[in-house]
Amino acid sequence: MPVAILAPGFLANLRESAWSHIMNKQLALYALDVARSLGASYADARLIKTVTETVETGNLFVVYAGESENIGLGIRVMVRGGWGFATARHLTAQGVVFAVTKAVEAAKASSRILNGRVKLAPEKPHQAVWQSPFNIDPFKISTDDKVNLLLECEKLMRKNKLVKQTSGLLTFTREKKLFVNTEGSDILQTFITSGCGIDAQAGSHEHFIRSWPNSFGGQYESAGWEMVKRWDLLGNSERVADEAVAVSKARQCPEMVTDVILGASQLALQIHESTGHPTELDRVFGEEENYAGASFLTPDNLGKLQYGSKIVNLTADATVPHALGTFAYDDDGVSAQRVELVKNGLFVGYLTSRETAHELGLPRSGGMMRATGPGFTPLVRMTNVSLEPGDAGSLADLIADTKKGILLDSNYSWSIDDRRHNFQFGTEIGWLIKNGKIVEPVRNPSYWGITTNFWNSCDAICGPSEHVFWGIPTCAKGQPCQAIGTGHGAAPARFKNTKVGVAKPAEDKPKGGAHSKSRSGHHHAKLPRHNRHCAGGSK
Amino acid sequence: MITQAKCKKIIDLAIAHAGDRVSDMLVTVFEQDQATSRFANNEMTQNVDTSSITVTLYVNARNRTAVTSTDNTSTRSIKRAVDKAIEMAAVLPHDATTLKVLKPSNWTEDSAPMFSRYDPRIAALGPDDRLARVKSIVEVARRGRLKAAGIFATYLNTFAVGNTAGLFRFDQQTNIECSITMLSASSSGWQKGFGCNLDTVDPVALAEGAAMRARKSRNPVYVRPGDYTVILEPSAVLDLVSFLYGDFTGTEHWYETSSFLKKIGKSVLGDNITIADDASHPLQTGFLFDDEGMNRKKVTIVKDGVLKSPVKSRRSVKYLGGSPTGHGAAPTASEGEFPMNIVIAGGDSSLEEMIASTKRGILLTRVWYVRDVDPNTKLLTGMSRDGTFLIENGKVTRGIKNMRFNQSVIDMLKNVVEIGQPVLAAGEETFPAVVPPMKIEGFRFSSRTKA
Repeated sequence: MPVAILAPGFLANLRESAWSHIMNKQLALYALDVARSLGASYADARLIKTVTETVETGNLFVVYAGESENIGLGIRVMVRGGWGFATARHLTAQGVVFAVTKAVEAAKASSRILNGRVKLAPEKPHQAVWQSPFNIDPFKISTDDKVNLLLECEKLMRKNKLVKQTSGLLTFTREKKLFVNTEGSDILQTFITSGCGIDAQAGSHEHFIRSWPNSFGGQYESAGWEMVKRWDLLGNSERVADEAVAVSKARQCPEMVTDVILGASQLALQIHESTGHPTELDRVFGEEENYAGASFLTPDNLGKLQYGSKIVNLTADATVPHALGTFAYDDDGVSAQRVELVKNGLFVGYLTSRETAHELGLPRSGGMMRATGPGFTPLVRMTNVSLEPGDAGSLADLIADTKKGILLDSNYSWSIDDRRHNFQFGTEIGWLIKNGKIVEPVRNPSYWGITTNFWNSCDAICGPSEHVFWGIPTCAKGQPCQAIGTGHGAAPARFKNTKVGVAKPAEDKPKGGAHSKSRSGHHHAKLPRHNRHCAGGSK
Repeated sequence: MITQAKCKKIIDLAIAHAGDRVSDMLVTVFEQDQATSRFANNEMTQNVDTSSITVTLYVNARNRTAVTSTDNTSTRSIKRAVDKAIEMAAVLPHDATTLKVLKPSNWTEDSAPMFSRYDPRIAALGPDDRLARVKSIVEVARRGRLKAAGIFATYLNTFAVGNTAGLFRFDQQTNIECSITMLSASSSGWQKGFGCNLDTVDPVALAEGAAMRARKSRNPVYVRPGDYTVILEPSAVLDLVSFLYGDFTGTEHWYETSSFLKKIGKSVLGDNITIADDASHPLQTGFLFDDEGMNRKKVTIVKDGVLKSPVKSRRSVKYLGGSPTGHGAAPTASEGEFPMNIVIAGGDSSLEEMIASTKRGILLTRVWYVRDVDPNTKLLTGMSRDGTFLIENGKVTRGIKNMRFNQSVIDMLKNVVEIGQPVLAAGEETFPAVVPPMKIEGFRFSSRTKA
């Protein structure tokens, strides 16, 4: 036992000290030494400190203003080809030894029920310090400025007297993550993430919602306060309120087969569910069968399946500045990459880890392994899975080019089967299009399809001027369930002959009551904070 | 596992450090030790053993409330979190609706019986014990030439609540969870168990149940979408009915957003449906007091189809009247309250009897990725998964390909024709609850899929 390498007294009360790269590195390296001495053939340690500030207003009150702080060390070890993982809560020498011992015992148990020892695709060791780019530190903006912005937005939304509920959310995270492994990697990354959103609900005994910049809490980026300014919550408040009222007065979306234009944020979720998840190679290999499910994109389809039309190009790119799935190195210690998933409509690539890349026979991991903080072991996760822009110009150009169809904007409802074939999405609002012009809003619009049929019906994608990297903060996967942020670049796109309005209430039913959507999306977000789980997220 | 004395010390430290700078303060401590052995393709793929703690401070300084939390229980960190909350609260607008913290007498007067949901046998399970269970599950798979995927997990949960009025509550409980999917080349079957007591979850029995469903649904066929008589196993009932929980809260009635607005005292579901929230029910799990430290009272929410009462927090009763029911979720200004211990009353049909009385119908083991489509009618969509069967002439005859449904859960609960015995069911959309299997007429499937 190498406990004597660092005397317990030296590291005792390390948590009392300010974040110190040197001190924490010694502790993380010590964890690796202990793991080696206990028989680990590979180990990595992630020491992570996170601070999150959130301000939430509702109906002109501050309903939540707070800050949370978390720190911990996650230690992953391989012993005789089996994985084990544990978290050190007490950042002392004794705490680290305790956690590493638990991880090694778990790995030894794993090694006794394996079809073959786990092997990792090679990756050279990296030594790096990286900071996600931002212009204005959101933690330097005062809490009252944040509160006042949201309350001002609510007042503007309430200028329309038919609005019944209003709310706003601002949330900011600073995460420092040190990664070291037994192969010599030593990586310190600092992430600043910002999120902002407002919404209004209208209706009398029925509730219809409009949100900005996106539904379920708004837009999330790897950026600072400048993103809050850029999304101009104040300038969009009155429009959002007026559109909520317009939806409440609109007729039900008719059931029909028509050309659908998906707004960029809705398309981002479509990409997430029907491209991102099925290309996760751990799903393909059956490792998520019990919860998140598997995938129809089995390896025999690689390089053969016409996943989409010729204009469909989908990539996973962790190097894009300011997107939510951006980083320099993943939690396997692999550097960020841009990987093609679908090229000219053909399925050509997967999201991979060192373990799954080796299993498929790839020379290197694509660098998609991430965990939700120090309490979780990493999984294959989306980075920024995006549809490359096309040549259809602006959204206005695309609408003008559409004879008959519907524009669907801002996600409300999302569901897809466990193999990622059969999906159904609903949006906050639909706009019927006739002869190149928007003619009327409709309520409760939904569309349904089979993944490959849908992507093969894509006949137009707007250009770079409409392309936005949308952030989804709650992608759920794994057991225990982990929620993580992913990014999705998208510009509005058109899909021919799509089934719309399939989900509609029976006409003979009384329209009594209503349901309020919580800001975080699903009703389960209303669970006490410590009881929340992944149910409400995208999965 | 943290001790009661340590929790008390943390809470006392925070309160002492805040001193007269605060009008009121609520402190909660939640700790979870979790160990999960995860398997797929008949091998162990992950094996984690983690511990987390969150100390949350709800600071009210002259009717301005801020919330800070930390997972660092050192004196310095707790003091820093208190100072930060006071600093944030100082700049917030005054909120005249702010409530004072609960006084101890408010809960002792109506004290529910306290009993233990802590099983030392679960707390003692280690990695080799989890391995033995996983091996027994994989053995069932191998015998049936199937592949097993799933988890065997243990949890040790501690929850403490204290406040500046002198209230202090503390409880610890264990949980055990086992979820298993068995796969053949063309089919799958699923079973999940959850409980507070080691004896409530039998991994081999669950494995055999999942294997039986995988075998029986081999080579599934398409059936035409449309309206069907369906029999829902308890987990499927749970993952649909849970979408009504928010509608059963006082805050949604106060905000006029409940699907059952202005329907208290009126018939809203079938007259064979009775739903309560009952934390003390012998099959239930969870703590017996809420985030504010109040005992969770039994609330009959729906009786014989008639809406009786939502669960209410101390905050929502100020607007709705009546008494708080002990379902508060801190901070109640944003979280309101929530029914955490739903119990749906059972009927006298067994699952076998429901099948035998069905001429043509569909049996669902599990529903997946359920989301609400229309907020006003509680129209839900989702998919069937891991064991979808055709029933013909009173018998389960074969597996069918998965189907997408679009169905109002309110209408569904008006069309229940048979109800079985309730069990503690666990699904994936929500936490476990005590629900029975149900037979329902006119359940609407809208499309089918390949798998």
